[in-house]
Amino acid sequence: MSKIKGKVFVLGDNIDTDQIISAHHLVYSLDKPEERIFYGRFCLSGVPDEQSGLPGGNIPFTDPDKFESEFSIVVAGKNFGCGSSREHAPFSMQIAGAKAVVSPTYARIFYRNAVDGGFLIPYESLEDLTEKFSTHDEVEIDGVKDTITNLTTGKSYPLKPLGDVADIVNAGGIFEFAKKAGMV
Amino acid sequence: MTLTEKILAKASGNSKLDAGDNAWVNVDILMTHDVCGPPTIGIFKKHFGEHAKVWDKEKVVIIPDHYIFTKDKYANRNIDILREFAREQDLPHYYDVGTDRYKGVCHVAMPEEGFTRPGNVLFGTDSHTCTAGAFGQFATGIGNTDAGFILGTGKLWVKVPETMKFIFDGEIPPYIMAKDLILQIIGDIGVDGATYRAMEFAGDGVMDMDMEGRMTLTNMVIEAGGKNGIIEPDEVTFDYVRSRTDYNFEALFNDEKAQYHSVRRYKSSELLPMVAKPHSPDNKATVREVEGTPLTRAYIGSCTGGKISDFIAAAKIIKGHELKLDTYIVPATTLIREQLKTETYEGETLWDIFESRGCQMGEASCAACLGGPSDTFGRLNHEEICISTTNRNFPGRMGSKKAQVYLASPYTVAASAITGKITDPREYLSVEAGVAV
Ligand code: SF4
Repeated sequence: MSKIKGKVFVLGDNIDTDQIISAHHLVYSLDKPEERIFYGRFCLSGVPDEQSGLPGGNIPFTDPDKFESEFSIVVAGKNFGCGSSREHAPFSMQIAGAKAVVSPTYARIFYRNAVDGGFLIPYESLEDLTEKFSTHDEVEIDGVKDTITNLTTGKSYPLKPLGDVADIVNAGGIFEFAKKAGMV
Repeated sequence: MTLTEKILAKASGNSKLDAGDNAWVNVDILMTHDVCGPPTIGIFKKHFGEHAKVWDKEKVVIIPDHYIFTKDKYANRNIDILREFAREQDLPHYYDVGTDRYKGVCHVAMPEEGFTRPGNVLFGTDSHTCTAGAFGQFATGIGNTDAGFILGTGKLWVKVPETMKFIFDGEIPPYIMAKDLILQIIGDIGVDGATYRAMEFAGDGVMDMDMEGRMTLTNMVIEAGGKNGIIEPDEVTFDYVRSRTDYNFEALFNDEKAQYHSVRRYKSSELLPMVAKPHSPDNKATVREVEGTPLTRAYIGSCTGGKISDFIAAAKIIKGHELKLDTYIVPATTLIREQLKTETYEGETLWDIFESRGCQMGEASCAACLGGPSDTFGRLNHEEICISTTNRNFPGRMGSKKAQVYLASPYTVAASAITGKITDPREYLSVEAGVAV
């Protein structure tokens, strides 16, 4: 995972899995292509409007007439992904087109799901970066140097190294990791 | 080592593990339900093959409970997938909808059926799998990929968590329920206060509780971000488990020299009835602080607040009173629904107490605890202000994003149903509890 570049979408603290993908959308099949696109459409649609796309709010992550988001990186406040264990949460972000999320802390099940499923990379930032980025800013994450740069303002911020999970992230998920390690 | 460290050490074949270590553990039980079961099965088949067999069919438990009594075609398709999988794999522990094996909410059905056992490792595709930690076991929620991996291998990697210990000294006052304790703790440490950690509950205030009260504590550790909740097993635990299964378990306990992340002590006598205000489980207030807040609905149900002891508590308060609120009664399991008809309070069955007061009586399932399809029983479809014994009040959790949810104990919910506004249960328990109001 060297570099990820794209537009950023900014969110506040404690974004829970009901806000990422609300429970009543979980009935769509993840295997059927014609149904799974709805996870992209409804991804992050549970966030209250005024908090959706900070600082101004009122920006949908995915336009209501689209199935993919224009944003590939999410920068959020602490405790991202709290709430239920639904893997549909990181999966819906992947389906919407997100490649990475950056938050000071994660709820552990979301973190695990994102890594083990190989859906997107959950980077931990050293501080809350939500005020350093505005939704729509161009952003680059460097997975070798462990930094995130706001190309709009030109400022860079350090990220925590992935540590123990780097092998799983690099393999692309727990199955790929286990295959490489000869476990399955 | 702590109890959690010891269980994980044993399950991974290590003589010692420290917090922070990574270990591959052998899984005693994998539990899944109708929402996460179908994608888990999909992942299992994709990676292990269309005709692969699960690693051990005695260790797989499938309990549909989330979207059961709905006309939603996709939700019903999920049940069909589980049924087909259980058939082709010949799974003995599948509890099919529409049969007399149907149970209801998985976290309450698991102990009823003897699948929660001291010293064991349990993973489930539901975040409230942590409930089972009340039985002195390691239990935590995982996603579908991890569950699909376990179905094929019987193993999973875990990072060993540090343990935060919460001790309640002294007898719990009669107007306080386990829900008040856990709302107090979550309010004190915040919704991320225990992230990546184990939360252990101890002290005579906790050990005097029955298993249902203990389960209310461990159920909500996930609301503080906890990885698992745990309580050392004792005779209460052993009696409960042995009366439901012949399974041979080995109970484990904390070492005297166990290292904790932190220890917090509470004086049980100082506890007060608590609520979590909208829209977060850590948005705490004492009931007195928000007393009089107008409400439009009361809801008693879910894995954390729909057990028989929860209904007994509510019935004690409601008996002899008219209700001002629309009140929904949702037993967690079919067994509890039957018990509502046999358990009595002052000569009247709980069922009659509730029904005669105009309560809406539901079928056993998760129902409106997580919103669900729009025809779900008790769902908040508009701008309701609901007081509920459930465990989450995030925006939109019980249905509409415009609704508001207050979390509280069954006592507080019942007292509020009588007056139509948030009410301290001591108003209605004063005589029996011998407490001055
Ligand atoms: S009752 Fe609520 S919290 Fe419990 S398993 Fe069902 S949806 Fe989850």
